[in-house]
Amino acid sequence: MLYFPRWKIFLIVAICVLGAVVTLPNFLSRETLASLPGWYAHNRINLGLDLRGGSHLLLEVDMGAVIRDRVEGLVDSARTQLRTDNVGYTAINAGERGITVQLRDPAQADTAVRALRQLANTIGGGPLGGGQPDLEVASSGGAVTATLSEIALRERATQAVEQSIEIVRRRIDETGVNEPTIARQGSDRILVQLPGVEDPDRVKRLLGTTAKMTFRLVDVNADPTAGRAPPGTDILPSAEGGRTQTAYVIRKKVEVDGANLTNATAGNNPQTGEWVVNFEFDSIGARRFADVTRANVGRPFAIVLDNKVISAPVIREPITGGRGQISGSFTAADANDLAVLLRAGALPAPLKVIEERTVGPDLGADSIRAGLMSVVIGFVLVCVYMVAAYGLFGAFACLALFINILLTMAALSMLNATLTLPGIAGILLSLGLSVDANILINERIREEARKGRGVFGAMEAGFGRAYSTIIDSNLTTVIKMALLFIFGTGAIKGFSVTISFGILISLFTATVLVRLMMVSWVRNARPAALPV
Amino acid sequence: MFRLRLVPDDTKIPFMRGRYAGLIVSALLSLASIVLFFHPGLNYGIDFRGGIVIEARTPQAADFASLRHTLNQLDMGQVQLQEFGSPQDVLIRLERQPGDDAAQQVAADKVRSTLASAVPGTTVRRVEAVGASISGELFFNGMLALGLAMVAMLVYIWFRFEWQFGAGAVATLVLDVTKIVGFYAITGMQFNLTAVAAILTIMGYSVNDKVVVYDRMRENLRIYKKMPLRELIDRSINETLNRTLGTSMCTLLSILPLAFFGGEALQDFGIVLIFGIFLATSSSIFIAAPILLFLGENRLRRNAPAETAAPAANPTP
Repeated sequence: MLYFPRWKIFLIVAICVLGAVVTLPNFLSRETLASLPGWYAHNRINLGLDLRGGSHLLLEVDMGAVIRDRVEGLVDSARTQLRTDNVGYTAINAGERGITVQLRDPAQADTAVRALRQLANTIGGGPLGGGQPDLEVASSGGAVTATLSEIALRERATQAVEQSIEIVRRRIDETGVNEPTIARQGSDRILVQLPGVEDPDRVKRLLGTTAKMTFRLVDVNADPTAGRAPPGTDILPSAEGGRTQTAYVIRKKVEVDGANLTNATAGNNPQTGEWVVNFEFDSIGARRFADVTRANVGRPFAIVLDNKVISAPVIREPITGGRGQISGSFTAADANDLAVLLRAGALPAPLKVIEERTVGPDLGADSIRAGLMSVVIGFVLVCVYMVAAYGLFGAFACLALFINILLTMAALSMLNATLTLPGIAGILLSLGLSVDANILINERIREEARKGRGVFGAMEAGFGRAYSTIIDSNLTTVIKMALLFIFGTGAIKGFSVTISFGILISLFTATVLVRLMMVSWVRNARPAALPV
Repeated sequence: MFRLRLVPDDTKIPFMRGRYAGLIVSALLSLASIVLFFHPGLNYGIDFRGGIVIEARTPQAADFASLRHTLNQLDMGQVQLQEFGSPQDVLIRLERQPGDDAAQQVAADKVRSTLASAVPGTTVRRVEAVGASISGELFFNGMLALGLAMVAMLVYIWFRFEWQFGAGAVATLVLDVTKIVGFYAITGMQFNLTAVAAILTIMGYSVNDKVVVYDRMRENLRIYKKMPLRELIDRSINETLNRTLGTSMCTLLSILPLAFFGGEALQDFGIVLIFGIFLATSSSIFIAAPILLFLGENRLRRNAPAETAAPAANPTP
């Protein structure tokens, strides 16, 4: 145990130097980093939002709405398909996960089943087929039911979350936040981290809007105050809040969809000075828009956003250029936000903010200061005790402790891990736990020396006997921290990471490194007695 | 040559004489903690109960009476105000608002705007708003982690030692954890995710401590064949006493700064850990060891693997 071959010494020293080199980019200024090669400058610890300030939002995709949407779509396509196949029906009812068609003639059940099967999308499978239809169609008596399968629902959910992430990313990019993190969490959640954002109000408003825009015709003959909408129409409230009209009767048929927009910008109407949103359609949208406006001159055309009528201007002349303008008593911020939403596209389902944690930058700076001060004070206190209790061997342990912190930072830098305030607490606690190994070793050496062993004998026995105890006691802590890492969330995870690194690295610094220091000292100084 | 020794080298305290007293006191404290857990119960933080926490800094020393009055007028249930750190720093806690997760957001925004208009110049330093669905999950995961940690410890010690050691360690852990919970109940500290981390840390520390003492007992079991178990346990505790106290001291020293400068979340964490270090150190001596004595008497010696494996290696004590 006391003999170190030359290559081993070299390796130990190399690890320490490497640790220092890897940690270095954390302390360099941005200008210096820019002049270094990327693969090296990249080794930096990220500061968590609780230290640098920023906003953490957890969003949940409304899966109920996703499924409702699909079921409603199913009702529409079933209606069309049954009409083409000449199947008579008395009603199509939307259920929770599927539809039920009441047939006029039960003898047509087979035809109806075949018709509804055509509506199924194939999911899974490869280019050679092998996928499964997402609809389960069955008939009983005069009714045919089409139910979305379990796999279909899951597939739909995955798609909805993935699409939502894409839209969320686009919307956040529009707000100009630096280095946002947008990640999927669990089956239906999206984690959004916005460094430097102090008041996430605007972001929350942007993300809380589905922004599904449609252009639909207004049914001018029906009375919007009647309470019941005529078939094929909806009564939708006005977004303007009753300036002219509080509600409109709007045809269900979507003439042009917001998905066909290619661009939207906020601007001023030169005539009225009002804020407006100018938009442009792609070729399909432009053609449809031209067709509809040509056929309906003199009638109001509603612009509907998330089931609210933004405005319903009367079509004065056909609009063929594929460009248009939305006006609706906007403020500058409203117009800007709407333009952002339209550019980024609609969310497939509404998003809810279920958790928000925001830290202001000055509190973050305070936390960093407090954390650094705690680590320095903790380190000094531990060192004072170690030197008082074990003299030179205590000082060796302190040096090893310092290298432990260095290597922990190196590990975090290489992994580009995020350091949080609890993470700093973890580093602090691992200071105390790491020197445990040195205390064990020193106590053991002292005990062996008191039994009358010589310098080398006592050290040999001390290291040998303490080793299994050290492994045992440290492993228990690492097991716990692994559990905390798996089940913990957010900042707490940071605690388990730093403490695990601290302890695992202490197996090297507090034992191997300290042993090297002690052995080198003993060989050079040739003391008559050990200083413990 | 001066060396700081927490106890003299030849300390021989007959700890096992106090085995009944130790166990009874510990059991009573744990029982009291369980009572406290149900009444008045824990002060669950927003992680586990949902709700809103806002930390604000006012330009001058905060006028708590008028702030409380203004915020209570918002009609959002009980509003707790607390001075934190300096007289300018106000910690505002709101209960979980009725309605879904989005209701928390609405309420948080309302408090923010109210603060801005009531005390101009106020900066909101921190906002946390947690809805019901997420808090339920966090609580479940936290408890799961605690339960699994307990099982993992039992399995690990069982694997490394004999079952009596494992049983002793886990019984001690249960007694330890109940007391920490009692500590949370009696101090009214927020019981949140950080608290779970604190409990897990103390559990880890406690087991760590037990392992070291157990290790020495196992070693001594092989060396001193004839020594009565009670004497042997006392001897093992005394031999490792300097290490036990030394490590506790170092951990204490490293945690101490947290309790002073840690900020709202970590200050409590630091205080609980300090309590936990005392708890874990004392339970190694007064709980884990007596339990081993009761479970192991007449059994442990026979099972000691070294006895059958190497009967010749029997040095005189």
